[in-house]
Amino acid sequence: MPFIPHSDADIRDMLASIGAANIDALFEEIPPALRSGKLTRVPAGMNEMQVSRLMSERAAQDAPLLNFIGAGAYEHHIPAAVWQIVTRGEFYTAYTPYQAEASQGTLQVLYEYQTMMASLTGMDVSNASLYDGASGLAEAILMAVRAHKSSRKVLLPATVSPIYRSVVHSIVKLQDIELVEVPFDATSGTVDMQALQQHAGGDLAALVIPQPNFFGALEDVDALTDWAHAQSALAIGLVNPLTLALLKAPGHWGSRSPLPNPDKTTSHSTKPASGQVAGYLPQAGEGANVSLRDSKTYGADIAVGDGQPLGAPLSSGGPYFGFMCCKQALVRQMPGRIIGRTVDLEGKPGFTLTLQAREQHIRRAKATSNICSNQGLMVTAATIHMALLGVDGLRRVAATSHANTAALAVQAGGVHGVKRLFGAPHFHEVVLHLPKSSAEVLAKMQARGVLGGYDLQPHYPQLGHALLVCSTETKTAEDLQRYVDALRHALS
Amino acid sequence: MLIFERSHPGRRNAAQAPAHIAEIGSIPAHLLRTEAPLLPEASEMDVVRHYTRLSQKNYSIDTNFYPLGSCTMKYNPRACNSLAMLPNFLARHPLAPDSTGQGFLACLYDLQEILKDVTGMAGVSLTPMAGAQGEFAGIAMIRAYHDSRKDKARTEIIVPDAAHGTNPATATMCGYTVKEIPSDANGDVDLAALRAAVGPQTAGLMLTNPSTLGVFEKCIVDIKNIVHDAGGLLYYDGANLNAILGKVKPGDMGFDVIHMNLHKTFSTPHGGGGPGAGAVGVSKRLAPFMPIPLVDKSPSPQPSPAGGRGSSYRWLTEEDLPQSIGRLSGFMGNAGVLLRAYVYARMLGAEGMHRVADFATLNANYLMAELQKAGYSVAFPQRRASHEFIVSAKELKDATGVSAMDIAKRLLDKGFHAPTTYFPMLVAECLLIEPTETESKEVLDSFVAAMKEIREEAFRDAPMVKGAPYSLPVRRLDDVKAARELDLTWRPA
Repeated sequence: MPFIPHSDADIRDMLASIGAANIDALFEEIPPALRSGKLTRVPAGMNEMQVSRLMSERAAQDAPLLNFIGAGAYEHHIPAAVWQIVTRGEFYTAYTPYQAEASQGTLQVLYEYQTMMASLTGMDVSNASLYDGASGLAEAILMAVRAHKSSRKVLLPATVSPIYRSVVHSIVKLQDIELVEVPFDATSGTVDMQALQQHAGGDLAALVIPQPNFFGALEDVDALTDWAHAQSALAIGLVNPLTLALLKAPGHWGSRSPLPNPDKTTSHSTKPASGQVAGYLPQAGEGANVSLRDSKTYGADIAVGDGQPLGAPLSSGGPYFGFMCCKQALVRQMPGRIIGRTVDLEGKPGFTLTLQAREQHIRRAKATSNICSNQGLMVTAATIHMALLGVDGLRRVAATSHANTAALAVQAGGVHGVKRLFGAPHFHEVVLHLPKSSAEVLAKMQARGVLGGYDLQPHYPQLGHALLVCSTETKTAEDLQRYVDALRHALS
Repeated sequence: MLIFERSHPGRRNAAQAPAHIAEIGSIPAHLLRTEAPLLPEASEMDVVRHYTRLSQKNYSIDTNFYPLGSCTMKYNPRACNSLAMLPNFLARHPLAPDSTGQGFLACLYDLQEILKDVTGMAGVSLTPMAGAQGEFAGIAMIRAYHDSRKDKARTEIIVPDAAHGTNPATATMCGYTVKEIPSDANGDVDLAALRAAVGPQTAGLMLTNPSTLGVFEKCIVDIKNIVHDAGGLLYYDGANLNAILGKVKPGDMGFDVIHMNLHKTFSTPHGGGGPGAGAVGVSKRLAPFMPIPLVDKSPSPQPSPAGGRGSSYRWLTEEDLPQSIGRLSGFMGNAGVLLRAYVYARMLGAEGMHRVADFATLNANYLMAELQKAGYSVAFPQRRASHEFIVSAKELKDATGVSAMDIAKRLLDKGFHAPTTYFPMLVAECLLIEPTETESKEVLDSFVAAMKEIREEAFRDAPMVKGAPYSLPVRRLDDVKAARELDLTWRPA
């Protein structure tokens, strides 16, 4: 019997101890009319060799092509050590660390993860993960509405991924939250500030600020954050964590943002553990004596996103993980598990689940969310991934992805009839405008072994034949050439 | 020691990152960060040792008996992991065309079909990423159903007091108010209370069967009729599906919607807290509202290489299901977890699945009988255990001062993960014990021996038991300090 170790003698002895004639007798409390659970469509069992063959054949059907799609899931190199450690049984087959003394491994990983994410986002605190970036954004919006108290209206720019917007709608609409779309500027590909201004003076709970946005373009995050705060709305930063190796952290967005606050718990900038790291040049005014204690006036209030670029393989969409960080003042509104450091009976440091009074198993109908299990194993991968790459490695990955995409945009722009849409600076995705239907071009590129990008036409018909293209650090100069050749061929 | 404390300035892993730092000149300075994030600078070997050693501070199924009630901590077959991690599965981009993922889609389609049979439901959607998200999907479908009939007066979800906390929390997230009803002395839903609770305001009832009290709701047919007669729908919380796999189908019990925790019944790993998967099954009337995407199969336009017509698989989206409650994840839920569940289902097959409930129930009833013989009181001695049961340490606590929590901590010293403690809250000094079908009689016997020892220790030296654990990396932790003096991130001294 697969995965059942009982011998006939065991069964006999166990039934004797129970005082039951046979196993069927153990189900006597179930009304007989219901005991018809016979499985008629489940196929017969397979042994390991047979199922290996089946799955290998299925996998062989899915041979990968040269991929230039991003749009929320990004192909990056994952160090071999990451998944070898993650799939150790001690991490892989443990559960939520309810028994802290027997879960210090998982708990310490999560505490290290919270530290890394809070620092990367420039926020005070992090939770121990949500399901994914899209559902995480929905949770951030619910959290902002709880924190704001008076308004249930949230601005959700059209430069946020259409898939994310769709998920947010599914999750928050049942709680009577009003989501208002803000259009983008057709020249820059970023939030239309004039259109945004029409919402000034209204009662707003939050503004979602994507960085980079769905088009790969960089928003003016300082202006947007300041605008949100001027309306007494919360600023929700929707960010790709990898890009934060280079980009300004959400916790520092806003006009007074470049100045670190010595009192802020995560302001490591005053004393980095590793000294000055090459590539991070202090800006004028850094360290000046300016008080930034008013948590309302600078920095995003919540930072959220998908952690997939940090060690999760693409794997057809999951599992990935959502991360969420926030200001200290909001920590009791945060959904999901949180790990704290404390001491044991003997004063020895240790880690435990904390602030559980927010959660469903204590607060039930009044909990901050119904979330129970999270994406712990993916967070373990992300923590090891970040530890292996370090500051320098993460920065190299981010910079190379940016440069590869810039090079691709230039080369593709040389193909007759192809031009780049949007003038705003980009990170590692760009929008190309084609002289023919994107779907047709993509099909032809696929025939040459290249996944040419994500077709924007269904979601943004106003852009015409538009294609969202991504190149990460995994692409070589030859790969870029193959892309351009396939594109040229498809358009010829 | 934290990984940050192992950091050494200037140390980096040249093998894992691009060799050159590329130009980023086109990004304006005001959009760039100026301070380095706090990440360690450590060698690959430092990192591997650090996290390997941390892993050794965990109890896990692979190292310890883990009878955590309501969590179904059964063995996670290794083949499920290795086959879900075949390189082509890992490399596929979620937005790549369906034609590039026919193998993956075929697995998901087959899994949908298997779960339909298992649950006796008309449709299955695999997209929810956890049990709680499956609950959300289920209650959102109930709401969509009533809304589609313009039945706007139904504002209430009924939840028994023994329910998981996710049930009432989910009802709230779906915009409903929660009405709690009590359990009777036998651990069943109090039918009189249920009759009094239903009415034109009732949207539905959320029920776990067998309940978290470890007993099968004998009056399930009455419960169904009371709720349906009032115009409400029935939600089945599948957290305890392992108890009835291949025995009873929730569809046959009259449920309209069910979520399954694939990380419980279908043995995908719990991963230190997740990822799970919370597939939902629905009756015919709720099928139009299922969350997307779903996988559909049709005859292939091209003949297959083996001759005859093959099949072709595609995602069903908004256009195919205009009444869907929508998307709940960015792409396709926890796709890799679904592959693991699929491999497990294929290895068990129909026969293997029939045996799951048999042996999960045999193990639970045996353990319950043996613990009673060892002097422990169980919550419902007059009842059969389902796949789990409750020991109440109230008598022991009254006699010795040793509580359920103390027993739990002392079990850790003896090499066992603790049962679920203080849930459900209806039973004083509650230990909810679920052995699962994959444990052998010897393991159960050694657990009984440990429990017997703890009982003796409680009478002989209660303070010693109350000080447990002694043999783990830390002693009992100060949770009050953790919550009062929040330390959620490390800072350099």
